[in-house]
Amino acid sequence: MMQDTYNFAYLDEQTKRMIRRAILKGLAIPGYQVPFASREMPMPYGWGTGGVQVSAAVLTPEDRFKVIDQGADDTTNAVSIRSFFERTAGVETTTATEDATVIQTRHRIPEQPLTEDQILVYQVPIPEPLRFLEPRESETRKMHSLEEYGLMHVKLYEDISRHGHIATSYAYPVRVEARYVMDPSPIPKFDNPKLDDNPAIQLFGAGREQRIYALPPYTKVISLDFDDHPFDPSKADQPCGLCGSNESYLDEIIVDDAGNRMFVCSDTDYCEKRQAAGHKGKFAA
Amino acid sequence: MYVAVKGGERAIENAHTWLAEERRGDTSVAELSIEQIREQLSLAVNRVMAEGSLYDPDLAALAIKQSRGDLIEAIFLIRAYRTTLPRFGSSNPVNTAEMACDRRISATFKDVPGGQLLGPTFDYTHRLLDFKLAAEGETAEAPNRDTDATAIPHVIDFLNAEGLIEEAPHDDTTPPDLTREPLEMPADRPLRLQALTRGDEGFVLSMAYSTQRGYARNHAFVGELRIGSVAVEMDIPELGFAIEIGEITLTECETVNQFKGSKSEPPQFTRGYGLVFGQTERKAISMALVDRALRWEELGEDNVGAPAQDAEFVLYHADNIQATGFLEHIKLPHYVDFQSELELVRKLRREAMADNVAEAAE
Repeated sequence: MMQDTYNFAYLDEQTKRMIRRAILKGLAIPGYQVPFASREMPMPYGWGTGGVQVSAAVLTPEDRFKVIDQGADDTTNAVSIRSFFERTAGVETTTATEDATVIQTRHRIPEQPLTEDQILVYQVPIPEPLRFLEPRESETRKMHSLEEYGLMHVKLYEDISRHGHIATSYAYPVRVEARYVMDPSPIPKFDNPKLDDNPAIQLFGAGREQRIYALPPYTKVISLDFDDHPFDPSKADQPCGLCGSNESYLDEIIVDDAGNRMFVCSDTDYCEKRQAAGHKGKFAA
Repeated sequence: MYVAVKGGERAIENAHTWLAEERRGDTSVAELSIEQIREQLSLAVNRVMAEGSLYDPDLAALAIKQSRGDLIEAIFLIRAYRTTLPRFGSSNPVNTAEMACDRRISATFKDVPGGQLLGPTFDYTHRLLDFKLAAEGETAEAPNRDTDATAIPHVIDFLNAEGLIEEAPHDDTTPPDLTREPLEMPADRPLRLQALTRGDEGFVLSMAYSTQRGYARNHAFVGELRIGSVAVEMDIPELGFAIEIGEITLTECETVNQFKGSKSEPPQFTRGYGLVFGQTERKAISMALVDRALRWEELGEDNVGAPAQDAEFVLYHADNIQATGFLEHIKLPHYVDFQSELELVRKLRREAMADNVAEAAE
């Protein structure tokens, strides 16, 4: 039920306009973090307030909205955000990736390829890819403006010399159109190739850190690597226990007291569609 | 099987119902009214108003009731409500020299014009549990005396007359508003003060305490602490003059700090400033100490690398709503990221073990 006491999609029009200006600036400078005056939302910082504000600014009454958290439509926070927009915007919601016009996500990119008619909104905790190398915002902004990314390469190189591999498995840094180094939000590196040349608009909102950034359709996005240590988008070396897919990103579930494991698709919509089409995994009922 | 993440919707609903029941507690015990919280837990109400950045004792009391007394949760409720309110305009700066003081003390002079006025303070109470309160709450009436309505001058102004303390020149520049603009560095003093006044009391207290213990010590004297009500005036364009739209209670603290002088300034005292909604003196004093520590650069002092001197550190971490949100969000599911870490650790271990076996065989 739509509640009349709040403006469409909760935020007032002035605030939405301010956020849209930040989004447009972000689209004009792909990968650049645009500061914006993030508002306190009725859910806590860290729960996706950046994504929620971006979604609120781009939603129209005709949109069909999908929310996923960890790839799933039915995780508690995805449920909570979906019902927030059902209440405040009255938009239609869906769990089917191909039916959605706006998809808000936390930690995943859907397996089903996106189209030009879709917007993917990421929830971002720490938008600054250089943050854990340099805690000061004043410094990291300087490093971006001077394109000074040596520190990041040194970090990746040190990983290789210590472990034999780049020891970053999620929030794996990318370079956008050979300019800005960008944090893709904490998606597994398995999802990184989907960022590149994607037909959909990709918007990133960090509420607490007050930053918005964006990838326009068909943007060149490269995961950082070295010639002799090329980027490797790994995943569990198993098929999905329910739908048998070898292609999708898997969650590992402990199924009994003996610690036995089952691997299932993290993207619930993808998995259910495959099962409905007759694909069966080892554990399928 | 595979039910771990299902049923989110019903689980949330049931959790909310249970939470409401827990909030109410034993229904054979009378329910708290908003008026009771506002009148009898007024210092909690003050803290919620100060850190929520909204002066409304009734709403703050409601937030405390709804949050089961979790003050950070109550502050969050107020902030989330505040952000939806339309902004009609801004008031003129309040004039604290005109404050009707309930309390006004100076630690720098034994007596000052206007006098030392203790007011309703815990300062000289003995912290002994008053078991009488457990039985009956009625208290004796405090004695009254008539006061004249003349304004009580600021103590610091007396030092200023001698040129012993730095000037704080009048400035009509509209201060920045961190609720409407993103916080960016470097932050000027008005912005820093705004962040501190709505910052977490515990955080600001600890930062101030750290300066007293030697992390950028600036030896502060409480030049003056005053608590009382001031008029809020607003210019009404149709009228062409300012009218009083209400009164608020404020706590103001001005500290007098040592300063040895620098290349450009002769030795003189310097200032720290704290101003907070309601009777919130611990916070106001803390704020003044941290304000002073953050002024090292403009006063030409050394940066000794103390946390309280670091504006970026202090301002980005003072907000308890941001802090608690980000801290508590690690309760949310992270299995996708954890899964990718599992894969990585397994791979690295596999390789490390294989290396060990190979070495042993050699």
